[in-house]
Amino acid sequence: MRLNLTVNGERRRADDVWEGESLLYVLRERLGLPGSKNACEQGECGSCTVYLDEVPACACLVAAGQAEDREVRTVEGLADGDTLDPVQQSFVDSGAVQCGFCTPGLVVAAHDLLRREPDPSDEEIREALAGNLCRCTGYEKILDAVHAAADAR
Amino acid sequence: MTSTVEGRTTAATANGVGASPARPDGTRKVRGEFAYSSDLWHEDMLWGATLRSPHPHARITGVDVSAAVVVPGVHAVLTHDDVPGLNRYGLEHPDQPVLADDVVRYRGEPVAVVAADHPETAQRAMKLIDVTYDELDPVTDAEDAVHGEVAELHPGGNVVRHAPIRRGEQTPQADVIVTGRYEVGMQDQAFLGPESGLAVPDGHGGVDLYVATQWLHVDQQQIVAALGLTPEQVRLTLAGVGGAFGGREDLSMQIHASLLALYTGKPVKMVYNREESFYGHVHRHPATMYYEHGATRDGRLVHVTARIYLDGGAYASSTGAVVGNAATLGVGPYDVPNVSIDCWGTYTNNPPCGAMRGFGAVQAAFGYESQMDKLADACGLSPTEVRRRNAMSEGTVMPTGQTVDSAAPVAELLDRLEAMPLPADPAPAGGTADLRTLPGGVSNTTHGEGVVRGVGYAVGIKNICFSEGFDDYSTARVRLAAVGGEPAVTVQTAAAEVGQGLVTILQQIIRTELGVDQVTILPMDTSIGSAGSTSASRQSYMTGGAVRAAALKVRGALLSHAATRLSRTTAELHLDGGKLASVSDGVLADLVDVLGEAEFDETVEWRHRPTEALDPETGQGNAHVQYGFAAHRAVVDVDVELGIVKVVSLDCAQDVGTALNPQAVVGQIQGGSAQGLGLAVMEEIQTEGGVIRNPSFTDYLIPTVLDMPPMTIDVLELADPHAPYGLRGVGEPPTISSTPAIVAAIRAATGKELLRVPVRPDHIV
Repeated sequence: MRLNLTVNGERRRADDVWEGESLLYVLRERLGLPGSKNACEQGECGSCTVYLDEVPACACLVAAGQAEDREVRTVEGLADGDTLDPVQQSFVDSGAVQCGFCTPGLVVAAHDLLRREPDPSDEEIREALAGNLCRCTGYEKILDAVHAAADAR
Repeated sequence: MTSTVEGRTTAATANGVGASPARPDGTRKVRGEFAYSSDLWHEDMLWGATLRSPHPHARITGVDVSAAVVVPGVHAVLTHDDVPGLNRYGLEHPDQPVLADDVVRYRGEPVAVVAADHPETAQRAMKLIDVTYDELDPVTDAEDAVHGEVAELHPGGNVVRHAPIRRGEQTPQADVIVTGRYEVGMQDQAFLGPESGLAVPDGHGGVDLYVATQWLHVDQQQIVAALGLTPEQVRLTLAGVGGAFGGREDLSMQIHASLLALYTGKPVKMVYNREESFYGHVHRHPATMYYEHGATRDGRLVHVTARIYLDGGAYASSTGAVVGNAATLGVGPYDVPNVSIDCWGTYTNNPPCGAMRGFGAVQAAFGYESQMDKLADACGLSPTEVRRRNAMSEGTVMPTGQTVDSAAPVAELLDRLEAMPLPADPAPAGGTADLRTLPGGVSNTTHGEGVVRGVGYAVGIKNICFSEGFDDYSTARVRLAAVGGEPAVTVQTAAAEVGQGLVTILQQIIRTELGVDQVTILPMDTSIGSAGSTSASRQSYMTGGAVRAAALKVRGALLSHAATRLSRTTAELHLDGGKLASVSDGVLADLVDVLGEAEFDETVEWRHRPTEALDPETGQGNAHVQYGFAAHRAVVDVDVELGIVKVVSLDCAQDVGTALNPQAVVGQIQGGSAQGLGLAVMEEIQTEGGVIRNPSFTDYLIPTVLDMPPMTIDVLELADPHAPYGLRGVGEPPTISSTPAIVAAIRAATGKELLRVPVRPDHIV
């Protein structure tokens, strides 16, 4: 099938999409946007979190066809040119990135949290990021990064 | 950070050793632009898939690929008949088939591989391969595998290694005896980046492989043997690695993708999904451990006797080395005059087990630390006091006869933990406490009723670097030249950056040694000599050591060059912040001007001091290079009616010798502690008759941000004079003591004996 959607502000088209493909597969393998990650592909780890019409979603759980004519914003669409989004910058500065495989999903999830709650408490951050697994950091520096991003915004 | 170190050489420059500069790959990672092994793409590439055995033990009676081959879009279906070289590989013993030939020994063993133009096509074709099996009884118990009347799974029997350790009297008398049988479940590394890579045929019979691994050269050796090629024909480049933790030390898709690429003449990408990942890498050995500790009435250890069984599963992997660690570190960080330990690593038909962070030391620590708490009870001492009375220190003789010849601040770590503030008391029952602070959280299982607090302590010990006489080395090339009017250094090694931040550390070392800010870490590949494995907490020590040694050679050559040009002696010159300076006259010139057109290029193969094999009868020998120590204090709240545990705080004190990058050191301690928490209360690959029951992140739970408590971390820096910069390997020790500290806290809260990890609700209720 043919898929038309908007990704990071650009109209994109993908041809010959097999109906069983996920939005994640289309982003990664057909549209050249591998930033959203494939850690579990079963909606448990949050590493593929993208905005779908401004609502965070696991791209692995969205069938490609469900994204027809919708707006997708991925981790690749957060920075303003060479200027990182404050969430991205604070992840780098706080040491919240080790292997980094969870980072794109966490950055999107934290970005969404700060849009809703500009100065979240630890408890609010924990609840908001509970769907994003990280295996390297023990999360402490991710909490630091979200607080730092809140301060910077 | 509490103290400083000698051994830092020259060249004060910002962001050198001891600073915490940003990772060079950090910006690409937060932008989603860092290329992991599963992100790779090539024009005209195919997708590989792997057919795996559904049985834990069976004889293959037939393989018919005819229906799969004719599926449109399928380019190759390969079986063991298509493996051109040795159809065996393995880290220590080549005992594992690339593709199963006559017998499958675990559920998930690769039998055939497919390449097709779409991953779904490959999956569908795979399901059309008709493999017939005669099922055999699986061997699933490690003790049976050693002592029972069971099938021999490999020639030579089911014992991969038996390591005895004998020190002092073998039949000592003690006032107080405590015993226990302990079990550790099978833990998964659960790195988030799945096994994946891209193999590109070179058109001349060779292949370029881009892959996530921990040790490029040992991969290369095994691939070369299986493909019947030369090392020059099989070139590996490290792709972005999404975590490792030991699980990438063994091969997964490397040979399969290379084989498919060579057969089809097209690039082949393979990416496991999460379920396949559980079959695609080795796990932490499950353990059954029998311990007897004897002590005087005042709690001083007289003897430790132990039998430890580590289930290695179907193939050897690194079981031999894991056994060596569990045996030699089997009494923990304590001074014990009389020791008798027997440790076995076995073959069974369970999933293969090998390296995971802590590597044998994790299992033993759950045994010996549980015993130390029992001993404390029996002697009427506090858990910290019984540990202090037996704590090893510099000069202590290990059960192997090896004298510990650098700092071993076990008592000090405990003192520091005890001095840390405790968290506020739990909210009273029936009050208005924030649900998020209670066991069960917003599941609303309690408002404080039935919640009991407990506190527990544990200490662990880990060997750093490869042991037992292994020729452990790393190779580094450092090149200094003027580039665009600035002095610039490139560093080349084959050391796997797996997320820990080695690339940052190597830049810092260059800045410290050469005073040059602009440092480029080249892609890691096999065009340079081996760096050894990114494991055993060894890369800062080994590749850091190699890069430092190469930088010192560059510096020596540069200073000679400068001395000649400036009519000075080498001895009076030094490098400082991009300048050349002399002791008497200060800054003499910009480094870039001294360099001119010159280029300094040095390659060094660097080794740590040699170690010795263990005596096979007595286990005596100077087997280890360095020991690392960490201690934890855990505070838990347990809902004793439902068996739900909330870890309230998890504090850690660790000696790191020298913190080359304090931010990265703390990050290792936090992440390692989290993995220990996982083993304590949630993580286990559950097997039944050799079959994994929970191969998903739905059913295999790793800690989330809700599960990890705040940590207070105290980093000691007691330099090891034998190590580069005095550093002590950091990555593994915090994983070791975290688990037993949490279990001790749960015991303190519940009064339950808790002989097995992970602790489950039904162990408590």
